[in-house]
Amino acid sequence: MSVLTLRALSKRYGRIHAVDGVNLTSGEGELLAILGPSGSGKSTIMRLVAGLEMPTSGDILIDGKSVLGIPPKDRNVAMVFQSFALYPHMSVRDNILFPLVARKVPKPLRQPKLDQVSRMLGIEDLLDRRPTRLSGGQQQKVALARALVRDPELFVFDEPLSSLDAKIRSQARAELRELHDRTGITMLYVTHDQIEALGLADRIAVINQGRLHQVGTPRELYMDPADLFVAGFVGTPPMNLLPIDDDTIAGLRPEHLRLASTASAAGDYALDLEVTVNQLEYLGSEWLAYGTVHSGLPEQGEPQQVIARLPAGTEPPFSTGDRCRFVGTHQDVRWFDRNTGKRKPAAVGAVA
Amino acid sequence: MSGRILRRVGFFLGIGLLGLFAIIPVLWALITVFKASTDLYVFGPNPFLFNDPPTLDHLVILFKNTNFPVFLKNSAIVGVCVVAITVLLSVPAAYALARLTGGWGERSGMAIFLVYLIPPSLLFIPMYRIVVWLGLANTIWSLVVVLPTITIPFCTWLLLGFFRAIPRVQDEAALLDGCGYFGAFRKVVLPQVWPGIGACMVFAFSLSLGNYIYAATFITASSQRTVTAGVPTELIRGDVFYWSELMAATLVVAIPLAIAYGLFFNYLVGGFRSAEEALTGR
Repeated sequence: MSVLTLRALSKRYGRIHAVDGVNLTSGEGELLAILGPSGSGKSTIMRLVAGLEMPTSGDILIDGKSVLGIPPKDRNVAMVFQSFALYPHMSVRDNILFPLVARKVPKPLRQPKLDQVSRMLGIEDLLDRRPTRLSGGQQQKVALARALVRDPELFVFDEPLSSLDAKIRSQARAELRELHDRTGITMLYVTHDQIEALGLADRIAVINQGRLHQVGTPRELYMDPADLFVAGFVGTPPMNLLPIDDDTIAGLRPEHLRLASTASAAGDYALDLEVTVNQLEYLGSEWLAYGTVHSGLPEQGEPQQVIARLPAGTEPPFSTGDRCRFVGTHQDVRWFDRNTGKRKPAAVGAVA
Repeated sequence: MSGRILRRVGFFLGIGLLGLFAIIPVLWALITVFKASTDLYVFGPNPFLFNDPPTLDHLVILFKNTNFPVFLKNSAIVGVCVVAITVLLSVPAAYALARLTGGWGERSGMAIFLVYLIPPSLLFIPMYRIVVWLGLANTIWSLVVVLPTITIPFCTWLLLGFFRAIPRVQDEAALLDGCGYFGAFRKVVLPQVWPGIGACMVFAFSLSLGNYIYAATFITASSQRTVTAGVPTELIRGDVFYWSELMAATLVVAIPLAIAYGLFFNYLVGGFRSAEEALTGR
């Protein structure tokens, strides 16, 4: 089990800062996700860790030792690529054995390792096939086996589920988590899919435009976003972000925007809004209500749009076109500095 | 229903006619090789039939009484050497060009192909001076040195398409699996381009075999000549054409080559297409 540390890591391509001073330390045996939109620099971080690119400045340490001078072949970082990158000219067996052959592991030691990983991943029956003859899910398992066969210090995943069918994706996610728990290898998991990151990772590092915005458990990210980017990026539908005054933005999760008639705490609300419901969506497990704020916020140029999430158990007591009173409690509302985007401890300005 | 049958009949009729059009010169040559001289020059009877019994005389003359076996040997030596030099240089060149994307890689790829477009009829005079300076004039080694100037650009371009078809993550996966840069190339990339290399070998060999202008200008000694330059000089004496021997000499070279081309045809076309796509960016 190893600890990965990124120290003020930066990578520049010409004038573009792909990675901009990222500090990040993994826990021992942790599954750490790097979450960000495409082009945020998350893939660059992964390539830097693997040794496929050299950083412009900063340092990468595994177990406290810098690995910057070490070429990828000696880094003992295993990577599972988005496209899996299986070698089409080799059988599944030769694919899995390749890291051992390339590292000149003595022959008698190879077979037991092959047996072990192929049993662990349940691909014993596929060993004589060609990778091109396998389904997406099978290819993924072979890619995992190939990465696992040499006992890597660190596992790096590049969106390994995005090339799978949506149907088997959640199953593959569960299997991946199980694999992590069984092997205990520190894993770096790069993805743009927040469901994947929230469902899989011990902690998540949110990256945008090369900068690290927040590191935390899925719960922390969801409940206590550190800034406006994280608030707007994590969660579907995203947090309602409502400008209160020149300095403050109030953030409220759609499930916390409640009808005044059903809210528990009477009277003392941080947000008290009159909303016209424009659209109502039934999603099976929940309702989503899309509305426009009429009053309750200071006068703004544009009317604010909000989304409320209601449990599906009961029919909502309103229909499209109705005007309803929605509230958010002090406990649920998060405050952000409008200029810096950072969290603020509490609202200063009063809300009408 | 009958319309469909009619269309099918028309289709196969068209194919048949086209096939016949392509095969008739070869067929004509084949008939000529085995015809007795008396039969060959007689007007009147059907020229496509053997009116006298077929004979092997012309083949025997070609191999026994002319320098053709020497030409054949020279052509083979030149061909093998040219193929070896070409593969040795164009494989690494194409790999480098395929991986150097953006800016210089693509432009050099285009430049290399442009070199191929300069006709040998312009180049043979300066080339001859170089050959003389190297002391290789009048030997087959002059061709071994000069012919790669045609085959390398062409094969590099052809291979570029094959290398481009292999995603870069393949190289990267190999690096992480414990290979160095050369190991990744040799163990992961190279085995995936064997069809391309095969196509290159066929192409380089046939280009070197078919080259006339260098073969005719650099070499005058009969014992050093290759098939292309040797056959017309040896088997056409003044205004006497040894038709049967000429045809035999042609077929001996052409038929194996045609078979090799047939085997590699799909790879050749595929390579050209992906190379073109790589360069035009489609």
